[in-house]
Amino acid sequence: MSAKLFKARHAMGPTVRGLALVANDGFSARYDLDRIKGIFSRPAHKLAGQSYVGRILVLDTAKGGVATAWMLHEMKSRGIVPLALVLNSVNPILAQGAALGDVAMLAGFEQDITAAVPDGAEVEVNPAEAFLKVI
Amino acid sequence: MAMKLNDEEQDILAGKAGIVPQQALKHQIKVGDFFHAADFVPVTQAHIMADTESLGEAGVQWLEGLAATTEGQRRVRIPTITDPRGTDFAKAHLLGQTAGMLDLERRAIAAFEKLGVAMTNTCINYQTIQAPTRNEHTAFGDTGVVIYSNSVCGARSNFEGGPSALSAGLTGRTPRYGFHLPDMRRGTLRIQVDHTPSTLNGWGALGGAIGRLAGNYWAVPVIEGIEGAPKSDQLKHFGAAMASFGSTALFHLVGLTPEATKFSDVADAGLPAHRITRSDVEALQKSYHTDDTVDVVVFSAPQLSLYELGDLADLCDNRKFAVPLLAVTSPQVKPDSDRMGYTARIEAAGGHVFSGMCFYQSYAREISEAQGWKRLATNSAKLVNILGGYGYRPMLASMEACVDAAASGKLVRL
Repeated sequence: MSAKLFKARHAMGPTVRGLALVANDGFSARYDLDRIKGIFSRPAHKLAGQSYVGRILVLDTAKGGVATAWMLHEMKSRGIVPLALVLNSVNPILAQGAALGDVAMLAGFEQDITAAVPDGAEVEVNPAEAFLKVI
Repeated sequence: MAMKLNDEEQDILAGKAGIVPQQALKHQIKVGDFFHAADFVPVTQAHIMADTESLGEAGVQWLEGLAATTEGQRRVRIPTITDPRGTDFAKAHLLGQTAGMLDLERRAIAAFEKLGVAMTNTCINYQTIQAPTRNEHTAFGDTGVVIYSNSVCGARSNFEGGPSALSAGLTGRTPRYGFHLPDMRRGTLRIQVDHTPSTLNGWGALGGAIGRLAGNYWAVPVIEGIEGAPKSDQLKHFGAAMASFGSTALFHLVGLTPEATKFSDVADAGLPAHRITRSDVEALQKSYHTDDTVDVVVFSAPQLSLYELGDLADLCDNRKFAVPLLAVTSPQVKPDSDRMGYTARIEAAGGHVFSGMCFYQSYAREISEAQGWKRLATNSAKLVNILGGYGYRPMLASMEACVDAAASGKLVRL
């Protein structure tokens, strides 16, 4: 079976492979997560109640404030961090957080990436080549 | 294409200025390359968001690692100040904060001081420390600071999270992308409003509605229809909410903000157009009114100006609160509030005035669990947008209605 490949305009971090957790919704570590339990906690979020730990999050855009720049690093230190962040668009905060936390990140696709990647699919995030591959 | 570095930057990258600036520049290059920045731009001020709830033990250790570097190789090069801390040490017991939280705060502060950072602990530095000027390139953290500085002052900053703002302080520059570039400051959507709010919660709700429409960081709303000359506190709440709901970093008010004397100064014809009505703004406020009983009233996010504290003091006279009322301001405003008697009048009614922190940056989830506070009334649209994720049921109302709720325990519906 052939793999589907999606090129990104923005990329950083290590290559990783894992299961996608997909929603057409935003992302902010402060606004959306219970970082102790490792779940989405904002009641209105489409992933509310679901664990983000070790998942490749495929979401629409960055939301909210600047705290995520620290929080990805902090979450990684406790092993409750997403494996990678894949978004249609990011703000500087997510990129700065990924840089400090060494978390893989892709952003900027030709199509809506949240519609293109099936929830639960196994995917490879390859920042060096700036692509996401659905296995 | 990788960022172009000048001779000084090449030297920093080679470690000739020490390991701390070198590490800072490497971080900035990662971010700059991610956004395809061509080069760096010098900045004049940096503002660091670094509450310890965000930093955690890992972040504080990271700061302490930088601070342990040899004196002479670790200090910031430009005025570098801080956003609110995660506590007011004098009143931490009122929030149920633990000794461990306070210890982490002390360690973070000690590290920042060794790095030469000025602990201003404020998110209203544009009202209290030094407002940036038009076209001044800065590296500001706190979304409310950035959107106010970009939009109202005409300065140029991206959202700079703590690590990046500190890096900018240490190197005196930041990658040139986003809102440092004139083309990125042009409008991307046109919004006609048919109602100019009068209350701070109304301004916040309008900002929140526009932020939701704008939808992402790179969107720049161009707004028409505002009547009169908004005050600084009104635009403070307007911008802070817009930045919170939309991750928006820049807006233009046609005829009011410095880059938008007229529409064509900041946008081309044919932008996607939207209309926001009074009922849209009221609907946003009503959507948060999920209960009639409140456990706590909070005025914070952004920190209150002296004028806001004066208004609050007027409302507190001859009242006795049934539920806690917390008002949060900056260390610059607090002494004036004390001197003017505002603090005493608020506290005589049973309220508490905190300094140098912000409610949502102070372990809000743990405060809720320790104090049993769930149903929270506030006049800050930014705060209601944030606190849902922390397990609160936040409700948005006017300052007057919030004070009434503190006295009666009941929040009257809009």
